[in-house]
Amino acid sequence: MTESRRRLRQRPPIGVLLLAMIAVVFFLLPLIGLLARTPWSDLTSLLGSEVVVDALALSLVASIAAVLLSAVLGVPLAWLLARVQFVGRSFVRGLVLLPLVLPPIVGGAALLFALGRRGVIGEPLYEATGLVLPFSIWGVIIAVTFVSMPFLVITVEAALRNVDTRYEGAAASLGASRWTVFRRVTLPMIGPSLLAGFVLTWARAIGEFGATVAFAGNLQGTTQTLPLAVFVSLESDRDTAIAISLVLVAVSLTVLIGLRDRWLTR
Amino acid sequence: MAKPSTVLAAVLLLAACGSADSENQIRVSAASSLTASFGSLEEVFEAAHPGMDVVFNFGGSSLLREQILAGAPIDVFASASTEIMDEVQSAGLTEGEVGVFARNQIEIAVPEGNPAGIRGLKDFERDELFVGLCAAEVPCGRLARETFELAGIDPLPDTNEPNVRSLLTKIEAGELDAGVVYATDVIEGDVDGIPISPDLQSNALYPASRIVDSPNPAGGDDFMTFLFSDEAKAILLNHGFQSP
Repeated sequence: MTESRRRLRQRPPIGVLLLAMIAVVFFLLPLIGLLARTPWSDLTSLLGSEVVVDALALSLVASIAAVLLSAVLGVPLAWLLARVQFVGRSFVRGLVLLPLVLPPIVGGAALLFALGRRGVIGEPLYEATGLVLPFSIWGVIIAVTFVSMPFLVITVEAALRNVDTRYEGAAASLGASRWTVFRRVTLPMIGPSLLAGFVLTWARAIGEFGATVAFAGNLQGTTQTLPLAVFVSLESDRDTAIAISLVLVAVSLTVLIGLRDRWLTR
Repeated sequence: MAKPSTVLAAVLLLAACGSADSENQIRVSAASSLTASFGSLEEVFEAAHPGMDVVFNFGGSSLLREQILAGAPIDVFASASTEIMDEVQSAGLTEGEVGVFARNQIEIAVPEGNPAGIRGLKDFERDELFVGLCAAEVPCGRLARETFELAGIDPLPDTNEPNVRSLLTKIEAGELDAGVVYATDVIEGDVDGIPISPDLQSNALYPASRIVDSPNPAGGDDFMTFLFSDEAKAILLNHGFQSP
């Protein structure tokens, strides 16, 4: 293929280019709005406050815990959905997608009715162990995982469906156990999708607001994540709210761009 | 390219149709704590003004202020705080007179039957209980903290809820043993109330005003006149508010 032909093939249709540019501007505008309103001179004092430091620490811990929990529970679930025919599979798949369409605040309230101290499951749990999930970091992690795990499940399930099962069959015929096949053959083949799923899950988790506030409440240092701190300070002090939003944007963009360049583009 | 542009045209056309009947609409931004009472006001007002359609934008007063400062097309603003209304007024965005149409008190709310046996403000110091307040940044949270200060009590909240509605939900569910909400919330919600002495609290005042350059000035005036009428006052009293 000559150089000129390659260039010709790479030139996109002008209409597509135009619409894509509009999409870019659409995503860029809110960021510009945020930067335009940012109180740059007071930024360090606003961000050094105890509220911001506490919220950032909690957000990082909760979002990473959500990714780990999603990996432990969500990957097996994705495998089940992709590989095993069972009665009620469509129902389970719908169930997994529910947190994506449910308003997060409704999901959080539903978690409260199920796992709260007076909830269907929460009450026997409390009476047996004295454990109370809401108003604690466990509540934050549960709420955030509920909302973000579906991103991992659907990404990994799609990847598993596209994997050529003959490799797994070959490994099995050479004597590998089913667990070994899963760990040594299946997982490496879906590696890039797995990482993409982790990134999406983490990104959704760090921005989670509705389910967290409805299930875990809002207390600085215990359950107040960055999005909650933004929302509460928006009521009284817009400068602080904007400064915290900027931290959220900076942390998220750094991770998303860094991971995409490193892992996801080929 | 014909197909997407056809779709786009259709969407724009629909949007244009949607805004065509705005002349009959009266847009009212009102504090969340007015949700139930303004719903009743709407029914009575619309029955008396056939063809008029009152549309509400409920939210935290400070959020509503932000929207108005950013140029939201609102005819009437009803705030749960005089400070917030003052800010809108000093930005030159109120039209005509600003008046206080109602007063609200704060009260301790407990789940029905009061399972934790809450008796008063002092119980908010007990670490073994689950108690909640509104965040200090919103009016119900500010009022509650003023009261605790006057009473010389240092509360230990397990959560500072971003609005009174989410606090009430957690009390109704029995997840919180007690919380400080508005007297009107105790009437609307499935909770029991424990009154707080009037000596220990400053009242929440609810001012309302027309907004400058609003889409429907005449309709806004009609709603304001109705809001300050005896008929509206009676409805507000029914919902637990007091006369200003």
